[in-house]
Amino acid sequence: MQNFASEFSRATQLVLTGDPDLWAIVVLSLQVSVCAVLISAVIGMPVGAALAVARFPGRRALIILMNALMGFPPVVVGLLVYLMLSRSGPLGVLELLYTPTAMIIAQTVLVTPIIAALTRQVVELLAEEYSEQLRSLGVSRLASVPTLLWDARLALVTALLAGFGRAIAEVGAVIIVGGNINHVTRVMTTTIALETSKGNLALALALGAILIGIAVAVNAMVSALTLRAEQEGLRHA
Amino acid sequence: MFRAVFTSALVLFGIVANPAAAEEAFIIVQSTTSTQNSGLLEFILPGFEAETGIEVRVVAVGTGQAIRNARNGDGDVLLVHAKPAEEAFVAEGWGIERRDVMYNDFVIVGPRSDRAHIKGMTDAAAALTAIANVGATFASRADDSGTHQAEMRLWQNAGIDPTAASGTWYRETGSGMGATLNLAAGMGAYALTDRATWLAFANKGDLAVLVEGDPRLFNQYGVILVNPEKHPGVRAAAGQRFIDWLTGPDGQAAIASYRLEGEQLFFPNAR
Repeated sequence: MQNFASEFSRATQLVLTGDPDLWAIVVLSLQVSVCAVLISAVIGMPVGAALAVARFPGRRALIILMNALMGFPPVVVGLLVYLMLSRSGPLGVLELLYTPTAMIIAQTVLVTPIIAALTRQVVELLAEEYSEQLRSLGVSRLASVPTLLWDARLALVTALLAGFGRAIAEVGAVIIVGGNINHVTRVMTTTIALETSKGNLALALALGAILIGIAVAVNAMVSALTLRAEQEGLRHA
Repeated sequence: MFRAVFTSALVLFGIVANPAAAEEAFIIVQSTTSTQNSGLLEFILPGFEAETGIEVRVVAVGTGQAIRNARNGDGDVLLVHAKPAEEAFVAEGWGIERRDVMYNDFVIVGPRSDRAHIKGMTDAAAALTAIANVGATFASRADDSGTHQAEMRLWQNAGIDPTAASGTWYRETGSGMGATLNLAAGMGAYALTDRATWLAFANKGDLAVLVEGDPRLFNQYGVILVNPEKHPGVRAAAGQRFIDWLTGPDGQAAIASYRLEGEQLFFPNAR
């Protein structure tokens, strides 16, 4: 077994001294996952909110399906996106395979069900609370979706963070559609997989610790923003 | 706050989406983990990129998967090590022509305690027979990679079907060379590996090279241009330039000069 302490200090040093290769990998990881989460939010939040307030046959089944898709295996998503983007696939002409865009697409497929399902839950509770008021104002169920989403915004931050956690941590999908190409599609998780396969277990573990550090930093930042928004909300009220 | 987040999203997306669209001077090489994990490609590619301005993007997977990806058109050049499968790839029209690039050899590694007493043997098939006879744990790639195909040929030479013992002493990892070596190191198992990956591997633990030198352990690498008639998107001109460089004097010299801890890992033999 290698000396974990020395490898860890080596990895920390790489970050602190601004090793350009490692920083590029960290930045690309954040770009891909943040993009995926934002696109997922644009799709997932309205869908989740609509499912929360609409009443139609099959709604229950759709909600169950959406909840189940939260556990969609990343490797399967990677394969599906690969088959779509391959030159032999229907979208091959777009030449998107082995690009960061392909990785964003794969992570969006993974994250959208999470954000939609969590939004559905948050908005459904809020809609019950508001139902009297909305009815008295004569607002239809679907027309109330933007209002409900806006009022639930602070609770929905948690949905975004859950989605981000899933995106930044997964390796199965991005390694298939990104190809782990150096300086092009190599992100934190695929680097960890690569170092593990080289037998550099301590370095891989140290990179994992850095990845956790990034996740903590992002969560802390969002938490600070949310707290400030809450306080502003109280002052205005 | 939400508007600010959205704007930064658009900026982020712009940054991410643009490089792929703007850059055209690159090729995708479907290759094997051994050429990447050993550090060879990282060592030789900058020379080609500086000379031609063509960026080489390497997707490193097992040979079986690399060939399937190339068959789907998801690569311009194939650089792998399973000659029969490569020749079939060309014969079926998926590739233009196969050229030899370089060689090294496979070795059988195992724990120093060596329960099957194969240390020093030069007959690889006999060594496998000894392992099977005592039922010592053997970790197999079982992933249709070049190394796995070589391993299966050796078992055939030995007249043994190890898959009958799968789950007992014969462990099919279904993973890459590195993952399989990690497993072998962890459970004290025997394994077949290419020498380049072995020398670059950092988690050897108690494992050591026990069998080497059998001519059947010869490991030849070949390069093939994916047929642009099958997949019009193939960057044939740039891909051919890379193949010509790799099999020409500059590429061959670069391969020969790569050393890891003083040892040469690949021996150029293009004709």
